[in-house]
Amino acid sequence: MTVVGGVELHTSLRRRGTSRAVSGLLAVSVGVALLPLAAVLAYTISRGAHALSISFLTHSMKGVGPLDPGGGVYHAIVGTLEQVAIAAILSVPLGLLVAIYVVEYGPSRLAFLVRFFVDVMTGLPSIVAGLFIYAFWVLALDRGFSGLAAGLALAVLMLPVVARSSEEMLKLVPDELREATYALGVPRWRAIVSVVLPTASAGITTGVMLAVARVTGETAPLLLTAFGNDAIRFSPFRGPQSGLPLYLFSQAGSAFDVVVRRAWAGALTLIVIVLLLTVVARVVTARRR
Amino acid sequence: MHPFRPEYTGRHSRGVGAPGNIDRVPTLLKRDEPVSRLRAPPAHRWGELIFRGLASGGSLFVLLLIGAIALFLLLRAGPALQRAGWHFFTERQWFPDDPKARFGIAALAFGTVLSSLLALLMAVPVALGTALFLTELAPGRIGRAIGSLVDLLAAVPSVVYGLWGVFVLVPKLIPVERWLNDHAGFVPLLHNRFGTYGRSVFAASVVLAVMVLPIVAAISREVFSQVPQANREAAVALGATRWETIRLAVLPYGRSGIVGAIMLGLGRALGETIAVALVLAASFSVNLHVLEPGGNTIAANIATKFGEAGSGGRDALIASGLVLFAITLVVNVVARSVVYRTALAAEGGP
Repeated sequence: MTVVGGVELHTSLRRRGTSRAVSGLLAVSVGVALLPLAAVLAYTISRGAHALSISFLTHSMKGVGPLDPGGGVYHAIVGTLEQVAIAAILSVPLGLLVAIYVVEYGPSRLAFLVRFFVDVMTGLPSIVAGLFIYAFWVLALDRGFSGLAAGLALAVLMLPVVARSSEEMLKLVPDELREATYALGVPRWRAIVSVVLPTASAGITTGVMLAVARVTGETAPLLLTAFGNDAIRFSPFRGPQSGLPLYLFSQAGSAFDVVVRRAWAGALTLIVIVLLLTVVARVVTARRR
Repeated sequence: MHPFRPEYTGRHSRGVGAPGNIDRVPTLLKRDEPVSRLRAPPAHRWGELIFRGLASGGSLFVLLLIGAIALFLLLRAGPALQRAGWHFFTERQWFPDDPKARFGIAALAFGTVLSSLLALLMAVPVALGTALFLTELAPGRIGRAIGSLVDLLAAVPSVVYGLWGVFVLVPKLIPVERWLNDHAGFVPLLHNRFGTYGRSVFAASVVLAVMVLPIVAAISREVFSQVPQANREAAVALGATRWETIRLAVLPYGRSGIVGAIMLGLGRALGETIAVALVLAASFSVNLHVLEPGGNTIAANIATKFGEAGSGGRDALIASGLVLFAITLVVNVVARSVVYRTALAAEGGP
């Protein structure tokens, strides 16, 4: 109890107690939220480290029977790298253009609409993206299952993420910079290409890396587009291909120990790639602040 | 802000160029007119035209893409929907490739909604608590560090969650499920009639909850950080404790934003595929007893059935995917509208 100018400022014990209790609850909820992260990482590392080996990383599953030990993940790594590269090549320029339109050429009704639907598209279930490319590319255009089809499906998922994060980064570019460029008599598009984009490039790169990380772990679309393959297939343009998440899914459905061991080793490989991308991207942004 | 166009409601600079000053500088140019118009040589105007065309073309492409997704799903789903008729919405079983095909999404849609709602029930309190802790109790460096750890939850691929779910979480949850049945079995939802435990809707919901949590937490964190500091200070000046400040100043202000965040989480849970496919032991029944093994969702069913399905079966799966697309589209559009409205209100826009 404090006394100020003869007036008692009184916070009752009960109210203070409630506040303390709630603060405690909030702290507990943070612990509960982080528990699964710790558990998933701990289990994946401890179980995956046992099964991971050089031969696992350098061999495919060709000729490995359903219950045989051995076999590896090489073919899946090749597939994932190609599919994600295709997705990035397609979605990054397009996503950037969308962001540029919304930020630099907005506001207009179209810009608002585009921004809204880009947001809505970030919630598109990944399996629906897979179904779309299956119906459109694999069936309607009769291209069959391939790494390219998987890349297209991943691009559909990556596009809104790239567009959204680039948009945020472009907004951070101070308008004074734009105005100064215009004052030099430079047309708007030149100002965007040579001043605005380079200024935002570090942030945009971070966004792209996060998008790549997200898409690398996507399984559902690959199931319907790359379809999976036990052998190494270098060409993404023809025939079914494997991918790391897909490989993991096929091994995880088994009840046999040798197979599940491969699943954990694959999980460790995948999680190392994804988390490395994520953490590096975040550290890059954190540095800049 | 920008001299040649009015303030865009969605954008605001962080401390640079207070809006409203430069806007009123008189200008000869009309809104959206290229700055270069007055003096630029023709080559510049061509460049401007091409660049602008590219940017707006890319934007139109995004809108077309959503239309194309709906169109191509509909194209393949049409025959399957015709084959099944209205039974598509009432039939529980899934035998689309049988000579006497019987398939429908009754059990699948039920499982999708049930598992998602259950996941939200578990995830939302924790997510809101986390968001409040990070914005109200630990702003600053430690809060940011914890915040990026929570964001890391969203970076773990769903197939890894599925693997962890089926081999680690499910066995660990069995005693919990047994305890719930023994002590709360009088609630029909938590009653297990068989005495066998394991890959239940409940277990799938726990995994879903983990995956939904970072999304709800991230967006509500954003919402809470938009609450004007003055509101908090006013509450504190009136003698409010920390919790009372949250209850009186923060929560009411962020209410619709929280609703939007929860709905975005719902959208994610509805569409989650692989983790559910791995954790749930697929069965096609409408069963409210969430502790009993079995159950299925639209997305998980597509993942598990696609490989073995014939062309008719795949069309049927696409039809179910179309329903999922429609549901998540509605959920996401409503959620985004709600979040947009909060953001506009926070910025004092229209």
